[in-house]
Amino acid sequence: MAARAACTAWRHTSMSDRNDRLSVLKTYKLFVGGKFPRSESGRVYEVTTATSAAGAAGKGTWLANAPLASRKDARDAVVAARKAFGGWSGATAYNRGQILYRVAEMLEGRRDQFAREVGDAEGLGKSKAAAVVDAAIDRWVWYAGWSDKTAQIAGSANPVAGPYFNLSAPEPTGVVALLAPQDSSFLGLVSVIAPAIVTGNTTVVAAAEGAPLPALSLAEVLATSDLPGGVVNVLSGRTAEIAAPLAAHQDVNAIDLAGADAELATELEKAAADNLKRVLRPQPVDWAADPGTARLLAFLETKTVWHPMGV
Amino acid sequence: MPTTVPAYGKEAAERLASMADVTADDGALRRFLHGLPGVDAVGLQARAATLGTRSIKTTAKAYAIDLAISMIDLTTLEGADTPGKVRALCAKGINPDPTDRTAPKVAAICVYGDMVATAKEALTGSGIQVAAVATAFPSGRASLPVKLADTRDAVAAGADEIDMVIDRGAFLSGRYLDVFEEIRQVKEACVREDGSGTAAHLKVIFETGELQTYDNVRRASWLAMLAGADFIKTSTGKVAVNATPPVTLVLLEAVRDFRAATGVQVGVKPAGGIRTTKDAIKYLVMVNETLGDEWLSPEWFRFGASSLLNDLLMQRQKLSTGRYSGPDYVTVD
Repeated sequence: MAARAACTAWRHTSMSDRNDRLSVLKTYKLFVGGKFPRSESGRVYEVTTATSAAGAAGKGTWLANAPLASRKDARDAVVAARKAFGGWSGATAYNRGQILYRVAEMLEGRRDQFAREVGDAEGLGKSKAAAVVDAAIDRWVWYAGWSDKTAQIAGSANPVAGPYFNLSAPEPTGVVALLAPQDSSFLGLVSVIAPAIVTGNTTVVAAAEGAPLPALSLAEVLATSDLPGGVVNVLSGRTAEIAAPLAAHQDVNAIDLAGADAELATELEKAAADNLKRVLRPQPVDWAADPGTARLLAFLETKTVWHPMGV
Repeated sequence: MPTTVPAYGKEAAERLASMADVTADDGALRRFLHGLPGVDAVGLQARAATLGTRSIKTTAKAYAIDLAISMIDLTTLEGADTPGKVRALCAKGINPDPTDRTAPKVAAICVYGDMVATAKEALTGSGIQVAAVATAFPSGRASLPVKLADTRDAVAAGADEIDMVIDRGAFLSGRYLDVFEEIRQVKEACVREDGSGTAAHLKVIFETGELQTYDNVRRASWLAMLAGADFIKTSTGKVAVNATPPVTLVLLEAVRDFRAATGVQVGVKPAGGIRTTKDAIKYLVMVNETLGDEWLSPEWFRFGASSLLNDLLMQRQKLSTGRYSGPDYVTVD
């Protein structure tokens, strides 16, 4: 009898008002090696709307549970990134550029979703959030264009005293750990990922600790943009917890400390010194401004070739 | 239960002679092998999976890693093997981690028969065994005289252990006695001709990926042990399906039951497809739970592997330094 009553009630509401249907909550997951695993630890943490937003009074409303990645997730992500490095760094610059354009195309179709998530995460109004998403999409396009042009500005033909062509060409550094900026959950995130991967690096990204949802959703976009699995790996959780093993990891070649505070950055830089990682120190950045080429050139190694000129 | 004797000892032959009635003719052997209890496949897989869930950490893990390293038959079985590559592998076997002298040496170096002399020379004084694959490895498709000559050749070159493959064609078509005879004759061919009366230890490879059923694996295990195998080994590493935990568990149970029946202790060697420390530790747990710690030594349990060693070394470095290591810090081979 009770079952029938419930059944009728359900039918009644579903017919009269579709907004009353039981909503399906999304399970946010990590992105490692092109797959979407839960944290190895099984842990999650609560993500809320921005506490600084108007009317939030220092307490946000619950949005979702995000995975709380452990150091083993970080290790797995590094293995995935290392595995992807050969293929991605060996792909033609043209191909990498096309894939970055493709990311922008995919994002364009999901603007509304990202505007909503960015608005919730950063406490922005609809139009401001939409502007942030648009800027992020444009940034993918901007960096995509750089794929076959970095060699022109970072490489050179060197005049030498001898019968040699002496050519310097930039090559990707390898596996780069990126600590995404904490203050800009989406535009800042894109601004650290895109320049690192367009030159052929593969990455492990620690999403903004308080606002990881745009990053985890971006992973879904990356997974459907022809980007090979493992080129970008996204972890959510405590930045300090994820960053420590990454900074000490012997198989990580560089680390971008954009999302670390001064104290953590010092600690990580010390750990990174052990295998001579390339370190990009945190600095105040206006993520909305023209990014310039600084991040693009930060994770490159120069290879110089001497070639006999012949007769 | 009879007292335990090692399969390579003199007494083992007497014990096996007591089982002569089951190997007297084809019919008796078939009745015996088909009379072995069937394997409960679902139960077996569940048991193997359960044993794979143990959490081995800190000091236990450090012990397991060192034990696993000392149990490795470091293997190179490529058409492209050169004396240089074999010597490099031997050097790695003697001193797996050049940055850490406390790392134990491996149990054996496993090569093709023609590389035995090279390996033997490179390993002089190290205490590491040289294992040679023989009997038309990996397919086993050659006539018996060729297989025996292959074996004698490797033994004469100084091999301490012979890894033979069984004739899967004969086994699958039910000619068990042929397989039995072949193993027995290869075992005889393992006797060194220098008059010392000693013999190279014989490992018998079943190529379980080609035996189709767990029942067949159990039958092959008993067949080989009755014929005098010192070690039973899952695979060549040359086919799609290699050592798996359930198949290895069947071997371990067969070895346990064989000792209970005859008192002869036989070793086990899973080979192929074991690449990570985690996998290796799962196998060690399985050995400990099925056979107990009498088998937890390189004398009775081996891993046939090549890339496993690097992963073990990286995990070892992680435990000693607290930092995750990478492939840049171990050799490429």
